[in-house]
Amino acid sequence: MQDQLVIAGKAYNSRLLVGTGKYRDFEQTAQALDASGCDIVTVAIRRVNLGQNAGEPNLLDFLPQNRYTLLPNTAGCYSAEDAIRTLRLARELLDDHRLVKLEVLGDSGNLFPNVKETLKAAEVLVAEGFDVMVYTSDDPIIARELEQIGCCAIMPLASLIGSGMGILNPWNLKLIIEQSSVPVLVDAGVGTASDAAIAMELGCDGVLMNTAIAAAGNPVLMAHAMKLAVEAGRAAYCAERMPKRFYSAVPSSPSEGVISSRKP
Amino acid sequence: MQLRINGEMKQFAALATVAELVQALELVGKRVAVELNGEIVPRSQHAKAGLADGDELEIVVAVGGG
Repeated sequence: MQDQLVIAGKAYNSRLLVGTGKYRDFEQTAQALDASGCDIVTVAIRRVNLGQNAGEPNLLDFLPQNRYTLLPNTAGCYSAEDAIRTLRLARELLDDHRLVKLEVLGDSGNLFPNVKETLKAAEVLVAEGFDVMVYTSDDPIIARELEQIGCCAIMPLASLIGSGMGILNPWNLKLIIEQSSVPVLVDAGVGTASDAAIAMELGCDGVLMNTAIAAAGNPVLMAHAMKLAVEAGRAAYCAERMPKRFYSAVPSSPSEGVISSRKP
Repeated sequence: MQLRINGEMKQFAALATVAELVQALELVGKRVAVELNGEIVPRSQHAKAGLADGDELEIVVAVGGG
């Protein structure tokens, strides 16, 4: 089945993007990624630990780069300036890598995005040649502006980062999906498989998640569940679901030839 | 010489280049990126980028994140 997700001109088989944070260890990270079937994995950029590096395992050694496309993020950045600086470092770290996830946060308590700083950073990064997948609120006006700036994917939240609260405003997501000509991916808030399926049934092009897998009792099994959910939701969207009716006078079985002669 | 690395003041014997610093920090062969006084120093330039007393550096790695 050729139903690939195309981001910035590159085609991916999986519509599930997975983060690499909060797992027990790098082995579990690698197993969960494998079970998820994902092609794109997010990584964060942080200061190296000085003085205690010798022999310390490195995440990148557990992520075969011929298998996964790395998506460096700007998690933890609260200004356009910090986000831009982080992604310039990421580009150097990953050998002129261009595909990035921009997220600029506005509140350290609820991690809600700061859309003003996000817009500012997006302008600079797009001008510098980055392919910017942008995390944002589910505001369709901001989403449109980010697309006009040249972001290659719009990634509205379903609910707050790490909350597992699921899709709180499917109607806003629907507005963003309908107006966008670049891929729209739900990023943040998915808690379990049905949330991912609902996102895909709404018409999202993909789903990005981390905590829903990493914080599950069995992360590897949940990664598998998410793979199935994203595939099922996508297939259901493509299949075009039946219309909803409050009730139907048309049963699935024939009305003729019933042995009873009684009618209600 | 004194260098501020990742926000911390550190004392070193004289280091001429970024490459020498990377060696002194036992980061040779590790996947790191270096910023010197706000400018990225590409890996290919580590041996040429000179260091001076009081320089500020950021050295980063990829870690798990979502």
